[in-house]
Amino acid sequence: MRVDILRVENLTKRYGDFTAVAGIGFTVQKGEVFGFLGPNGAGKTTTINMLTGLARVTEGSAYLAGIDCVKETKRAQKLMGIVPDESNLYPEMTGYENLDFCGALYGLEGKERRDRAHELLQVVGLQEVAHKPFAAYSRGMKRRLTIAAGIIHKPEILFLDEPTTGIDVESARQIRKMLLNLNKGGTTIFLTTHYLEEAERLCGRIAFIVAGKIVKIDTTRGLLEKAQRGQTVQFSLSKGSERAGEVLQAAFPEYDWLVVDGQTLRVHSGKAIDLLPIMEVFRDNSLALYEARVIRPTLEEIFVQITGGEQRKMRAGGGAK
Amino acid sequence: MKAWIAFYSIFRKDMRNYYLKPPNISWGIIFPLAWTLMFFVRSQSPVDIRSILPGVMAMSILFGTTSMLAVTITFERRSRSFERLLLAPIDLNILMLAKTSGAILFGLLNAFIPVVFASFLINLAGINWFIVLASVFFLAVTSTFFGLLIAVTVSEVFEAQTFSNFFRFPMVFLCGLFVPIQNLPPFLRPLSYAIPLTYGADILKTAINGEGHLGMGLSFLILMGFSLLFFTISTKNIKEKWIY
Repeated sequence: MRVDILRVENLTKRYGDFTAVAGIGFTVQKGEVFGFLGPNGAGKTTTINMLTGLARVTEGSAYLAGIDCVKETKRAQKLMGIVPDESNLYPEMTGYENLDFCGALYGLEGKERRDRAHELLQVVGLQEVAHKPFAAYSRGMKRRLTIAAGIIHKPEILFLDEPTTGIDVESARQIRKMLLNLNKGGTTIFLTTHYLEEAERLCGRIAFIVAGKIVKIDTTRGLLEKAQRGQTVQFSLSKGSERAGEVLQAAFPEYDWLVVDGQTLRVHSGKAIDLLPIMEVFRDNSLALYEARVIRPTLEEIFVQITGGEQRKMRAGGGAK
Repeated sequence: MKAWIAFYSIFRKDMRNYYLKPPNISWGIIFPLAWTLMFFVRSQSPVDIRSILPGVMAMSILFGTTSMLAVTITFERRSRSFERLLLAPIDLNILMLAKTSGAILFGLLNAFIPVVFASFLINLAGINWFIVLASVFFLAVTSTFFGLLIAVTVSEVFEAQTFSNFFRFPMVFLCGLFVPIQNLPPFLRPLSYAIPLTYGADILKTAINGEGHLGMGLSFLILMGFSLLFFTISTKNIKEKWIY
């Protein structure tokens, strides 16, 4: 049976006249990895801050395991683990000391705290450097220790804000593996990330937030299946993808055109795409095409479609923006 | 019980990370020592040393507590590690008491450095040490909470120091240490009675020399009132400005 561990209703945050989060609502089920995606400034961090007690709620409610996060913040905080977007442990303390201290903040007693700290240092692969100062850790090690600090008290839900941003590929891979293991162990995860591939790999369900509003919530599989019903073709050009986008948008307005970068252009349609007339347009306009290939739609495409792809999506009659 | 585990851990962390660091220990000793020497050098006789001892103790507490607390809290706020404390399931009052307890202890120790030096030069017999300890404690609490108020009002370490000095130096001149309050121009006297240092210094004067001119009970009450006021405004500021 699916149990909602987090229920958010009409959550709103206003700063003066500016509405950062506009009456959002969603639920997170116990044991799932819930992705919360959106462009920069969409309201992801503000939402996490409201749920965790770091920002005041203007309107609405949030319940964690039945506890009112707005009115009983301190009770709710006992059930939360929080990993902010920046590692904010104490630089002068060692990895072990940081974990021991964080355990104490949640009221863990001496032996329990020490045992848990040692256990977690092993889980995150930092036992070798347990007695080195946090300041001496690499970024990846810092992130791993910050995650360990977030789960020291075995929280019901772990809020992770951009856990792999700014770290090397190997560390990011280790962190993803760690998060999957944590989730297998029963920890519910609420994740925001810029990396859509990461969300695709980790999240069971995803909510897209744009300009403070949730525009889509679905299972990751559901999102991908819907997108894969159509077809996406990627064109690689030696240059001039924006001009090509304008020309092709005008010639084939029934398709969704997307300029990925200066040399890449994508077209998506809910049905099969007839490539021959498109190729003719490339040839007739002397557009420098050197490759065309059908690609499997990823969460990135879906993200761009859902969030509007304001900067790059081709609009009917509008040309490339 | 769980809250006290957190309280003790925060206190212990601050003592280790800030107050017991060699530069701060030496600063904690040198600063009161400098005050002590400054006054003792200009003193003409041992009697003078005893008469200035309350003022030197009070200033050591004021400068020791406010400097350290304003820096530590502002520093943690900038590095965002203070957020970790705000996100922990600890009542804000207990959290801030834990954050300030290290500075209070630091202020207490600072206060007795001039006493140690004075003990080599003059006879300290006849001093009511119980009252001295109580007044040092209450003055350390008040000064620490004053430092807290400054720390939650600013966002940069240098602002904290500048802002502290803006209040601390006038306080030193107005509290009756350099010039007896009765000898101040009449328009400045109300200001003297509006600052906590005056009451702390007066209790110390009474306990050490019997020279205080305010009621001791009233002075203790006023110090407690200032402490409560500073602490309440500080926690209110944190709720309004840091939980935004």
